[in-house]
Amino acid sequence: MDLSVRIGSLTLTNPLVAASGCFGYGVEYADLVDLSSLGAIVTKGLFLEAREGHRAPRIVETPAGMLNAIGLQGIGARRFVEDKLPELRTRGATVIVNVCGTTIDEYAEVSRILSDAEGVAAIELNISCPNIKEGGIQFGCSLDGTFDVVSAVRKVTRLPIMPKLTPNVTDVASFARASEQAGADAVSLVNTFLAMVIDVETRRPKIANGLGGLSGPAIRPIAVRMVHECYEAVKIPVVGMGGIMNARDALEFMIAGAAAVQIGTANFVDPLIWTKLTDGIRDYMQRHQFTRVTELVGTVQTGPVESPTGA
Amino acid sequence: MPFDVAADVMANTRLSADYNVLALSAPAIAAAATPGQFVMVKAASGDDPLLRRPFSVFEVLRDAAGAPAGLSLLNKRIGPSTELLYRAQPGDTVACFGPLGRPFTVADRSAQAWMVAGGVGLAPFATLADALGARSVSTTLFYGARSRAELFYLDFFRRLGVELVLTTEDGSLGERGRIIAPLDRRLAAHAPHAPLMVYACGPEGMLAACAKTAARYGRPCEVSVERIMGCGMGGCYSCVVPMRNDRGSFHHVRSCIAGPVLPADQILWE
Ligand SMILES: Cc1cc2nc3c(=O)[nH]c(=O)nc-3n(C[C@H](O)[C@H](O)[C@H](O)COP(=O)(O)O)c2cc1C
Repeated sequence: MDLSVRIGSLTLTNPLVAASGCFGYGVEYADLVDLSSLGAIVTKGLFLEAREGHRAPRIVETPAGMLNAIGLQGIGARRFVEDKLPELRTRGATVIVNVCGTTIDEYAEVSRILSDAEGVAAIELNISCPNIKEGGIQFGCSLDGTFDVVSAVRKVTRLPIMPKLTPNVTDVASFARASEQAGADAVSLVNTFLAMVIDVETRRPKIANGLGGLSGPAIRPIAVRMVHECYEAVKIPVVGMGGIMNARDALEFMIAGAAAVQIGTANFVDPLIWTKLTDGIRDYMQRHQFTRVTELVGTVQTGPVESPTGA
Repeated sequence: MPFDVAADVMANTRLSADYNVLALSAPAIAAAATPGQFVMVKAASGDDPLLRRPFSVFEVLRDAAGAPAGLSLLNKRIGPSTELLYRAQPGDTVACFGPLGRPFTVADRSAQAWMVAGGVGLAPFATLADALGARSVSTTLFYGARSRAELFYLDFFRRLGVELVLTTEDGSLGERGRIIAPLDRRLAAHAPHAPLMVYACGPEGMLAACAKTAARYGRPCEVSVERIMGCGMGGCYSCVVPMRNDRGSFHHVRSCIAGPVLPADQILWE
């Protein structure tokens, strides 16, 4: 059985990727999970400089999901290269770095630093964080902004680049198209849905930032729809995520059109989820007689349903 | 290395209308846990409630031969997950992941140990008292709650030879008021050259007051903080605490991996 998938020039040994912000820098899990057994890990979002992020409380649980406003706390690109990358290389991890910026120049500068470093496999451009004031989603909510960030980064790196799209737009597929036209190797989606939870006793928001991003199983059907729309709109691979809790959910995204999938919130619930996901996908492939996982991608049948009784 | 255990509920002891002690079969976690560490518990399978909750390891439970067989949690029902854990029955299983986090520094015999607990903040002190007892450290528990009915396990601590200083907000047992008052008086009376270690766990306001009071008398103090946690592994950056750095500013540390036990004098109390 062949579980390998391709994202541009990058080959992953399997389609299971740890989502940004849900797996630290990967090193936190190195003693618990064989990092080399994951398709890839995406790091916490990194700017040029270190950032402290928002005040706590930063998360609140919601029905079948959670809201977060971390505010992109991070150690900055250079310290990541010095302090985290060597261990990730030793552990055999395939490392995708989630790159942030408040300006187009910052995206390009961070990407350049990472391209010069040994051991970065790809860049995921975070143009979709709903939790910070400048940068991020402001590019991701404008077609021109998306095009400009991707073009600027395209000029400074040979690494595969994968803009991460926000679901907080009306027509997500047009953002996938703008990314493709600007030279992206893939797109990933979805980032979290901008949301709010209020404590009715105190009449205050339950997280310090007020607004936050919704993730987890609650968002899955919308995320699957958006991944499918992007799959139909572009030729480059689409990496899907949003509420994947088990192998069935991962398969659903792949059938909708995802070449690979990312797992975020589920990793909090079950840090040992990875082997369960692989086993579940293998089991499914066996039952449905697939030899390559790529054969599954985009196979959803959207035509008229034939009635099993023939009536 | 933490273990993920589908732990059978061995017993559920109701202490009051809100508090219970839940005994879980988890030998691997019990054998590895040190005082101050925690476990991440998922009260129900399925997506709702979704996330695990952090709990201090309350007691390490031993079998007839003295080998670690399980652990207990001191639970107070305040939301959906703690409600489920309040209602759990023997035969149920809960997912239990741990031990996690940085433990207390266990004082040695040259020092006295004062543990300061507020409400459910008693949780990490049963195992700490055990460890201190094993080192023959003279130990005092300062323990405050709303009323007599919410002061638990007093005989447990007495049996370990721990001196008790109790306060209740309604005066139904011990001194009326908050626990910081007797702590402050005792600190004032304590010989300055006699080594002393203060440990605290409880509501944020109590921790801040305890930190300030210990600092005023120049005493080292470790606090076990309680933050809303997502993962317990350092993956999500939810449970941060602002700590002073050497540049006169602060740094957000993840209390799940840098803590939950942190040096009180380095925390930037709000
Ligand atoms: C606590 C938390 C932190 C996150 N941080 C980032 C981040 O730094 N960069 C990013 O692109 N996405 C971030 N995300 C979004 C996730 O990578 C993912 O897109 C989203 O959570 C949906 O997937 P899920 O439902 O599997 O969690 C974060 C999500 C959570 C829950």
